[in-house]
Amino acid sequence: MELLRFTTAGSVDDGKSTLIGRLLYDSKSIFEDQMAAVKQSSERKGLQHIDLSLLTDGLRSEREQGITIDVAYRYFATPKRKFIIADTPGHIQYTRNMVTGASTANLALVLVDARKGVVEQTCRHSYIASLLKIPHIIVCINKMDLVDYSEEAFNKVVEQYEDFAAKIDVTDIRYVPISALEGDNVVNDSVNMPWYKGESLLHTLETIHIGSDENHSDARFPVQTVIRPHAAEYHDYRGYAGRIAGGIFKPGDKITVLPSGLTSAIKSIDTFSGPVDEAFAPMSVSITLEDDIDVSRGDMIVKDDSEPQVSQDIDAMICWMGSRGPRPGAKYHLKNTTREVMAIIKEVYYKLDINTMEKLENGGDIKMNEMARVRLRTTQPVVFDEYRKNRITGSLILVDEATNETVAAGTIFL
Amino acid sequence: MDLAGFSLNMHKYYLTHLQELESEAIYVIREVVAQFDRPAILFSGGKDSIVVTHLARKAFWPAKIPMPLIHIDTGHNFPETMEFRDKLVADLGVQLIVGSVQEAIDKGRAVEESGINASRNELQIVSLLDTIENNKIDAAIGGARRDEEKARSKERFFSHRDEFGQWDPKNQRPELWNIFNGRKRMGEHFRVFPISNWTEMDIWNYILQENIAIPSLYFAHNRNAVYRDGTWLPASEFLVLRDGETVENKLMRFRTLGDITITGGIESDADTLEKIVAEVSATRSTERGNRSDDKRSDTSMEDRKKQGYF
Ligand SMILES: Nc1nc2c(ncn2[C@@H]2O[C@H](COP(=O)(O)OP(=O)(O)OP(=O)(O)O)[C@@H](O)[C@H]2O)c(=O)[nH]1
Ligand SMILES: [Mg+2]
Repeated sequence: MELLRFTTAGSVDDGKSTLIGRLLYDSKSIFEDQMAAVKQSSERKGLQHIDLSLLTDGLRSEREQGITIDVAYRYFATPKRKFIIADTPGHIQYTRNMVTGASTANLALVLVDARKGVVEQTCRHSYIASLLKIPHIIVCINKMDLVDYSEEAFNKVVEQYEDFAAKIDVTDIRYVPISALEGDNVVNDSVNMPWYKGESLLHTLETIHIGSDENHSDARFPVQTVIRPHAAEYHDYRGYAGRIAGGIFKPGDKITVLPSGLTSAIKSIDTFSGPVDEAFAPMSVSITLEDDIDVSRGDMIVKDDSEPQVSQDIDAMICWMGSRGPRPGAKYHLKNTTREVMAIIKEVYYKLDINTMEKLENGGDIKMNEMARVRLRTTQPVVFDEYRKNRITGSLILVDEATNETVAAGTIFL
Repeated sequence: MDLAGFSLNMHKYYLTHLQELESEAIYVIREVVAQFDRPAILFSGGKDSIVVTHLARKAFWPAKIPMPLIHIDTGHNFPETMEFRDKLVADLGVQLIVGSVQEAIDKGRAVEESGINASRNELQIVSLLDTIENNKIDAAIGGARRDEEKARSKERFFSHRDEFGQWDPKNQRPELWNIFNGRKRMGEHFRVFPISNWTEMDIWNYILQENIAIPSLYFAHNRNAVYRDGTWLPASEFLVLRDGETVENKLMRFRTLGDITITGGIESDADTLEKIVAEVSATRSTERGNRSDDKRSDTSMEDRKKQGYF
């Protein structure tokens, strides 16, 4: 069965968690004891209806405040597809948790409150989705029950969103008018909106063509660790363990190890169940080579027909997540695939105004939740691709040397 | 040449969802071994930790699993679990570290609960943290899944614990793509959950697909049990009957395995993996619905996890 990973996005209280609850409930993915617990909690809160957001808002503080703080992962399957959902927080303070949920998604549900229309967080989250190269966006115009299920209200939001979307880079955007609370157009078609001729949300999730998100043309194998059994029968065995990040590898392929530039050929591709004839992303395998060359964690094995970038200068768009902005001259651990090097932010080209998508060249210091285009300089060469070409080899994080916190997520541009 | 189960999809270059979950888990386990000095696998004897151990075996084959298994022994075990554990450890040739709750009680590190709902479930936290500290474990791999429980659904793959072993769910590190930040200070450690994205159904389908050995307790068998709080609690030397309760002989099986005093079973005639898969896919309640430790309050899992629970 095919796996679709999707994330929610949009401003606080626009109904993301309620929508996920509704999707799970109407698709009969909620167990009886879970439902009973949610009913009880809703009654204790003095609510007339069952608060479906309690199905994903699992932390004590979330339930007290009625907001989402950290991403919750939920799972369900229909006969057509299997889904992994990341329900993310809308509040700006928790943007980094939204990015966490969105970074592994192939589709984003952007919620907009039909009464409020497109607001700053709608833009911020949509931009993050485009920056992360999430290929599909479904804009769910929610709370239609509060605007009398009016087509006009729906069209107004669609127009607003289209205006904004013209400034960002997403190819596939669709719109659905829904009521997460009442269930209109979530799993079941709405009787209240006969003017809407499109599909329900679940139907779209089940049928949208996700194809393959993997890059099957540029062969990339970041080495995680070296396997050296201490048993007599495998005395000379040296397997390079890793998860293929792109392309297809076969025994006999001529390869180069980067950044060292040493060359060899693939002797075998091994798995626990036996050797394989070819391996492709995202398979976890072990590769053995014909020659005894120096290969260790952090190296990347690539095929000779397409080489990645090897450089100490990296241009990236970063989303800052540290509670304090970068200190002048601060050093960071830069992690890209399995490689880790020290880095500094050498230059800030510009900061981005999320509402207008304007480049602010004298935007001042970078603060939490801001996006900036920067040049990074590393102590050792890094092996990477453009994020646009490969989401694995084209992404990086910065870890604060002093606090060990992950302070920035970056997508690499050339 | 053996195509290792990938053959069906070879020409399409596409993995089934179980192959993708397996590959993700192997990647995570390898990251742990690469990033930490003294990792370990928390082994409960339940199906999830058995699957994690199986995945670890695959991750490092043909080498042995390069880390020990840790078992926190409450002293209230199913004998079958202990037999299973010892055989598995011997077969894999790995080291076993046992943290004993009884010992923690004897040393005064933990105090036995009393009263009608007494259990040693929470006392495991003390033994677990002591075992991690005494063995200087810097990453403990667990078999928890996000679909098990609402506090677990908030977990990262790499979950940071402070020097007191505590989890701070309101201030978790961001976790981007599959780049895991395992940096920490002295005394801190990580809990790592390679099968975060698996559901109960995935686990059973995988056990079936891989033909993984599991304790006989998961299969339907006859046993003496008492019906309490909507579940069949196994009769054992630790179970005190309450007024009006009677012991009955039931054809039953367990959906999860834990301490014998809190693990309830269900009536079932599923005595093969195929029948279990069919039964699980038709069931309408969660597997932890039979665990009295989760029934204590709405956020009891979160509260225990903050303190350092599995
Ligand atoms: N009338 C109406 N109310 C809704 C609808 N969807 C959600 N709500 C209400 O809006 C409020 C916020 O809903 P949530 O689902 O918690 O919003 P959220 O987007 O998850 O919020 P954060 O996660 O904190 O960003 C709750 O009181 C919901 O009951 C809808 O379709 N109609
Ligand atoms: Mg929410």
